[in-house]
Amino acid sequence: MAEPIEKVSIVVSKGSLEGVYPGLIMANGARMEGIEATLFFTFFGLDAIIDKRMDHIKVATVGNPAMHIPTMMGGLPGMSAMATKMMSKEMEKIDIPPVREFIEMIHDAGCEIYGCLATVDMFHLKKEDFCEQLDDIITVGEFYEKSSGAQIIFT
Amino acid sequence: MATIELLTKQLERDEDVNRKNIADWDKEIAMELSKQEGIEELTDRHWIVIDFMRSVYEEKGDAPSIRKLTKESGVDTKELYALFPKGPAKKAAKIAGLPKPKGCI
Repeated sequence: MAEPIEKVSIVVSKGSLEGVYPGLIMANGARMEGIEATLFFTFFGLDAIIDKRMDHIKVATVGNPAMHIPTMMGGLPGMSAMATKMMSKEMEKIDIPPVREFIEMIHDAGCEIYGCLATVDMFHLKKEDFCEQLDDIITVGEFYEKSSGAQIIFT
Repeated sequence: MATIELLTKQLERDEDVNRKNIADWDKEIAMELSKQEGIEELTDRHWIVIDFMRSVYEEKGDAPSIRKLTKESGVDTKELYALFPKGPAKKAAKIAGLPKPKGCI
């Protein structure tokens, strides 16, 4: 039998609800299976760990054919908020927590949480802008060092 | 389906656990199962989790996964991972004589 996966390094690069959750679910799932996990947030993915923004992550209703609504309608005011509310309700039913609670849970489970230095500089962010679970802001080189022996998953 | 003998009780097991013999489980069996999982001693804190798992399973037919454990068992995430290293929900379910939780979270 092939070797079991022992370590994963998950990159979250998107800031929409559907962009953020898969990475979080995979990180949490890894820890639940006893697999070491590291989360690395880059570009708009950083929103998921920015203190002021992480409670306001929304579903993208425009440019997403799988929403099955016409693009023009997806762009109407309030559409994204409504879709987000509906989806959050459904997620709660199957025990998927809101972003902040999820990040806390994943961090408590022993998963390290990193932000991407290049993006932090580009957006003029500071360490104080992030939630307390942020372990460090690191370069891509450090990311690869920390990912030694891990499977890298880009989302 | 294999059968294992634990403390003179025959437990029919599926890949994870004695699904068919959930009623046969008792504290002594839990202690044997925990040793197999590398946990030498079950403390009061372990028992809170195990008892909670059994009661949720009896009520809902599925063992709770990590979020429910964190929110409702009275043991937080950090401690859960300390008590049952390498996968608390899965390990605690096994020791509780229950199938692995079906939930993803």
